[in-house]
Amino acid sequence: MNEIDIKFLEDSFKKYYFNHLELIPTPQRTSEREFGYQKFNSSFFNRHISLKNDKELHLLFMQNTPSDVYCSNAYYAFPNSPMNEKDWKEADLIFDIDAKDLNLPCRTNHTVSICNECNEVTKNSNQCLKCNSSKLEKKSLPCKICMDASKVEVQKLIEVLNNDLGIEKENIQIYFSGNEGFHVYVFNSQFQKLGSKERSELVDYIMFRGAIPETFGMKKFKPNRSSFPDFNQKGWSGRFSKQVFGSKSKRSKIISELLDNGYSSFQKTLDGVSEQIGVKIDPNVTMDIHRIFRLPGSINSKSGLTKLLCTDITKFDPYNDACFLNDEPVEVLATCPIEFKLKNKKFGPFLNEKITIPTYAAAYLICKKLATIA
Amino acid sequence: MLVLGQDEKAKYPFLADAGEYLKDKGFSLTQFGSDPVLKLSVEKALHRIKVAAAGEVYKSDLIDGQASKDYVLEREVFSFLLAIVLIKLTGMSTLVKRFALAEARRAENYLEKDLGNASNKSKIDLATRIIYDLFNIEIVKENDFFVIPVSDYLKHSVTFHEREWKLINRHVENGKVFLTPDKTVRLIRKELGNYISSKIINAPKPSMIPGLEKIVDELISISKKLTPTYTITTGEYPPCIKHAIDVLEKGENLPHSGRFMLATFLLSRGQTVQQIAPLFKNAPDYNPRVTLYQLNHLAGTSGSATTYACPSCEKLKTQDLCFITKECDNIINPSQFGKKRK
Repeated sequence: MNEIDIKFLEDSFKKYYFNHLELIPTPQRTSEREFGYQKFNSSFFNRHISLKNDKELHLLFMQNTPSDVYCSNAYYAFPNSPMNEKDWKEADLIFDIDAKDLNLPCRTNHTVSICNECNEVTKNSNQCLKCNSSKLEKKSLPCKICMDASKVEVQKLIEVLNNDLGIEKENIQIYFSGNEGFHVYVFNSQFQKLGSKERSELVDYIMFRGAIPETFGMKKFKPNRSSFPDFNQKGWSGRFSKQVFGSKSKRSKIISELLDNGYSSFQKTLDGVSEQIGVKIDPNVTMDIHRIFRLPGSINSKSGLTKLLCTDITKFDPYNDACFLNDEPVEVLATCPIEFKLKNKKFGPFLNEKITIPTYAAAYLICKKLATIA
Repeated sequence: MLVLGQDEKAKYPFLADAGEYLKDKGFSLTQFGSDPVLKLSVEKALHRIKVAAAGEVYKSDLIDGQASKDYVLEREVFSFLLAIVLIKLTGMSTLVKRFALAEARRAENYLEKDLGNASNKSKIDLATRIIYDLFNIEIVKENDFFVIPVSDYLKHSVTFHEREWKLINRHVENGKVFLTPDKTVRLIRKELGNYISSKIINAPKPSMIPGLEKIVDELISISKKLTPTYTITTGEYPPCIKHAIDVLEKGENLPHSGRFMLATFLLSRGQTVQQIAPLFKNAPDYNPRVTLYQLNHLAGTSGSATTYACPSCEKLKTQDLCFITKECDNIINPSQFGKKRK
């Protein structure tokens, strides 16, 4: 990214932070958390920072003009020490749901490839059309289908958290990640002190992975009808019934089919069901108990949008509600073969053209490496 | 602390305080080397260790968990305590492990029976109290099941490799896991074993008791025969590693977790950072400086000096990096691939 673009983004971000400090709540037990930040055009990660209070946090924003700011879900005795000396105490449970992991068919329509060698921007391809290089960076401009599908996964997750894992709604917070998905935080739960291995088990449960036929009524020897689950059962048994049997009237017929097809076929059914009813979370995120996460209220430098708390996920529109940069007009040179919508305004496609657009749209394109200040 | 009845002491002798028990009964250790009647208990202790060393569970003289006569009960407890003394005298850690495991499984049988005894509330209470006192797991009976918090379940079940122990294969509701009595007890087998072995390890080593030298020698020679094994390695890579190398060779993107697996695996096979680094040169985001930095970090030659181990098969499954074949042969970590115990 060139100096002028960086200056533009830094100025825009700084204005946002100056005017919207109220959107950046200081995390609970601030002094036990690890903070970190990055600056534009620098691969260096400033980590292992400890802050005492909101004043120190705000100072970090103002003094460093960071591109991204992060905070640990873990609580440490010494958050500013090197990792193995921090003395880990516990960590909030966090889930990451990202549209890119949902394998949606719409994705190819709104993904562009930027050549690492010659910077040529093309619609999604595996090779640069100009210089044939295969070193391409993919950038996606997620659409409404992507966000709606992510919301469905969030709602599936919340159901499992509430009903199966006994987590109360007031201890769950849903955040738009600032780019393509959602982060779901769970506070004060029985899982706070669990290590990485245990969290990985929890992930498999939530994703419906590793199920064996016996659990869902199919015995290896002398299988019988009576052990299959029913609709009114709680947990995965009930959800499995709804998915596989469809309706009560079909249950008996489908059980007969399952019994006829046998044990190993049932395992395949389970694997298929896992794809459909399992919650599509990123397993690595939940398993990691030392990770630092984008700080709520901070801007995501992949998009210029804010990581924002969603109070009503069904009504939440990230490309309107999380777009806080100002609308002063800016002239940019843009190559974006895909149309996108921000603050209810449509932009693009732009084919290597000079255009004047609001700051928030310019920042969005520059963050995605699809425009530069003209 | 639990107050145990006579029968319970025989079933769960590891809960008794060894020194106090002997003192209460008016005996000293040296008497067991010479007194012909007490020697019966020594023989029983020897038998108890031999059974454990053979990987089996000692069957006691209790009938349905009840000692019919006082002297039977006493001998049950004596033989356990003496077994510990004998094992301490051998100084063989193999015997400690085997004995602790076998005794844990024996206690497991009783705990399971007590928990499953729907008609006798006091037995259920005792078993749940033992589990709470020893392992801090609160178990509550709900109809035919015992329920425990999901987090407690996970802490104990993660070490099991059988798929039936995965949380997805349990009934989970409102933050609780529902278990049958046998699964409840199986869940704490390892801890029970650890508890018993820590009791043995922490017990003071007595000086040799005259009259028991032969028995101790016999146990030492049994223990020596138990020491295994050597391994042969084929040198072949497991399918997950082959897959990761394939992905990189094609110039496709291997996720961070896959790179971590590949690097830690190859390091564990003795390859150097310089040998491994070129594998990553086709990655779409290859940067030689970053690659070397990260590899050195994993190898423990820079940064925290922690050497990172290759993730377990279970973890790789969760990360979609496992491509199991029958050659994997029930290994639990890729680094075990191709190694055979003989």
